[in-house]
Amino acid sequence: MIKEFRLPDLGEGLTESEILSWKVAVGDTVTLNQVIAEVETAKAVVELPSPFAGVITALHEEPGTIVEVGKPIVSFEVADDGGASPSGAAPAGVATAAAGAAKREPNLVGYGAVVESSGRPARRARTFTTPAVEHVRGPVVEPVRPENPVVEPVETDTAERPRSTPPVRKLAKDLGVELAAVAGTGAGGLITREDVQNFVGGGELSAPVRHLSAVSDSGSPAGLAPQGGREVRTPIKGVRKFTAAAMVASAFTAPHATEFLTVDVTPTMDLLAKLKTSRAFSGYKLTPLTLVAKAVLIALRRNPSLNSRWEEASQEIVQFNYVNLGIAAATPRGLTVPNIKDADTLSLLELSAALTGLTETARAGKTAPADLSGGTISITNIGVFGIDAGTPILNPGEAAILAMGAVRKMPWEFQDEVALRQVMTLSLSFDHRLVDGEQGSRFLADIGAILAEPGMVLTMV
Amino acid sequence: MSTDRNLIQLVTPAGERISHPEFDPWVKDIGDEQLCSLYEDLTVIRRIDVEATALQRQGELGLWPPLLGQEAAQVGSGRALREDDFVFSSYRENGVAYCRGVDLTDITRVWRGTASSGWDPYTVNMATPQIIIGAQTLHATGYAMGIQNDGADSVAVTYFGDGAISEGDVNEALVFAASFQAPVVFFCSNNHWAISEPVRLQSHIQIADRAAGFGIPSLRVDGNDVLAVMAATRVALDRARHGGGPTFIEAVTYRMGPHTTADDPTRYRDANELEDWAAKDPILRVKALLERKGLLTDQVQQHVHDKAESVAREIRSGCIGMPDPEPMDIFKHVYSEPNSWLDRQQDHYARYLASFGDPAGATPEEGAR
Repeated sequence: MIKEFRLPDLGEGLTESEILSWKVAVGDTVTLNQVIAEVETAKAVVELPSPFAGVITALHEEPGTIVEVGKPIVSFEVADDGGASPSGAAPAGVATAAAGAAKREPNLVGYGAVVESSGRPARRARTFTTPAVEHVRGPVVEPVRPENPVVEPVETDTAERPRSTPPVRKLAKDLGVELAAVAGTGAGGLITREDVQNFVGGGELSAPVRHLSAVSDSGSPAGLAPQGGREVRTPIKGVRKFTAAAMVASAFTAPHATEFLTVDVTPTMDLLAKLKTSRAFSGYKLTPLTLVAKAVLIALRRNPSLNSRWEEASQEIVQFNYVNLGIAAATPRGLTVPNIKDADTLSLLELSAALTGLTETARAGKTAPADLSGGTISITNIGVFGIDAGTPILNPGEAAILAMGAVRKMPWEFQDEVALRQVMTLSLSFDHRLVDGEQGSRFLADIGAILAEPGMVLTMV
Repeated sequence: MSTDRNLIQLVTPAGERISHPEFDPWVKDIGDEQLCSLYEDLTVIRRIDVEATALQRQGELGLWPPLLGQEAAQVGSGRALREDDFVFSSYRENGVAYCRGVDLTDITRVWRGTASSGWDPYTVNMATPQIIIGAQTLHATGYAMGIQNDGADSVAVTYFGDGAISEGDVNEALVFAASFQAPVVFFCSNNHWAISEPVRLQSHIQIADRAAGFGIPSLRVDGNDVLAVMAATRVALDRARHGGGPTFIEAVTYRMGPHTTADDPTRYRDANELEDWAAKDPILRVKALLERKGLLTDQVQQHVHDKAESVAREIRSGCIGMPDPEPMDIFKHVYSEPNSWLDRQQDHYARYLASFGDPAGATPEEGAR
């Protein structure tokens, strides 16, 4: 016999999960508890063990699809031994419970699920577990009553629920009727049992029609992509969606001004080479970024306005007396900007260790949420891609971001002659609401002065 | 770990039996047969844990708190108890429950959400798991004071984690246990993580050293060494039975899995740490010891494997075959005797269910007594 496996609630109170990959294919024979899929919830990436021993007859969802809890994801041909059925009442119960609430908060302190990031479309067509045709196996006069309808919240949670009573809501749910579409005739617009029954019987939208239209609308976003076509459509979600929202928010709230400065950094590179061979730094990863970061921290002491935040809500400018230095990191999952807490208190040695740790953790996708928030100023190293300059977009809530370009050997004026020098371009964007051209320019000039002659630090601290 | 002061260890991670003049006498009765039996229990408990975790992933359990890595702490202590001792545990002591003889289906009952509690505590002398962190320590201390009043020589044993030591309940229980010299053993499974909070944030000193502040003697034991745990528990039980009052045991172990099936430890935990502790695995250690002694025969291995698999099958079929409760069951077990207030609520609820017009929901009061 065919058995279906419905996506369970893998955490506590989750409503959906993303299928990351299938570990089996149609036709495979699987044993009980064999891992069949990898699934990502708002809380964790987990492996799904097979609830049956049998042969896979269908995989209902593509990898990358976000699936509602309670939806069938895989079917098995199982030897008909009359054993207890795991896909009995419990998962269905879970499905109704989970679908009943539009948005559910994680219910234990210490669990990091971000509910609003679940990416649920505000409105989605009703979907049913199997094509509508298959439901017509009982007497046709009965209203179509899918065995386990996946009832999705059709309105956003801001909309008021139509007034009715619990028994009527259950009747409507059983009949697949959206109460929002039903006109109430009871006291104060209350929707009664008769209203629901009349709606099913004589409404302009008969139930079967609604099912059919629902089925045709319900393709997953991934399904829109033509196989091997000229365009690839990727649903906007996850880190990409987050990055986009942050960039839009930043670009259209903070008026950006960008300044450029090209510096002969040969003395800094000489210093770097010297430090690398010194005993104190053996085992540490020193890069131009380490020294640029240090230069930024020193220059900030003289130009504290760059280390501040415009707070629209409170109508205040917050001046930070500490520096949480953000470093933009390209990771396999997209851009993240983890920050080093109290970077201004770190020695060069500590700073270099923190930078190495920060980027490695970010690339491994293991950055703790606390390290992603609370930044006060950021550096982005576009030089590693061989780029010289650009207009960096501010990390939201920060007043400045510095892009460091590639270190290039270029003909450059040196002691009144043209010489081959190592040159870098710095691009500084700042929030013009709270930083004027003067402060921005002085800050950038200070960084440039340090990198052009590290000994200048003696005059600054 | 080997440099830890006073860490009681009888078997090294490599499976070498080392002598300890103070604690050896407490396990001198553990011969070859008993050692094989401990190995069996450790293996079976891990298998239960794996099966229950799978059942959660398959939607059959709502939640499960894995005990992976903590088997020795649970078996070593659980097997040291006498039948008339009474256990008050947290939600993670499913291995202790197994040792106490709790029915396998009953272990999963509460996690499937079909009952408010899994078993009758008096049939196995183990209270049902306490979800509230540390609250069971108070119950144990109260029970132990009752034992005193009865003049009996049984002992109350309470299990809790390293996170619980920050709770008021645990500290209150320690104060009362010391004041009344109650026969209670405080067994702290220090598995190093209170969900995502590392133990070093909760306690700047070794947890066992806190007990001294309450005037309670303590033992710090290698929680992944089943023999050492057993010896330490026996010492504590013996003291309690003979009027010596409470003892605090810190079993130093490690939660190798997530806090619960809803947790992802890779978000806050270093993978290297897990590797370090995998090298101190409680089961591999006993296996190595058996091997050194020439006891790990094919026959023993086959027997243990078969036992673990049959237990896994039993827990699965028991869990899946569990009937769903009826709506009116909610009124059962609230009060020991019926009363008019509850009868009224029950009547209202039955009529409410009947208003759905669904014969299945309109179960009359019959089922509710």
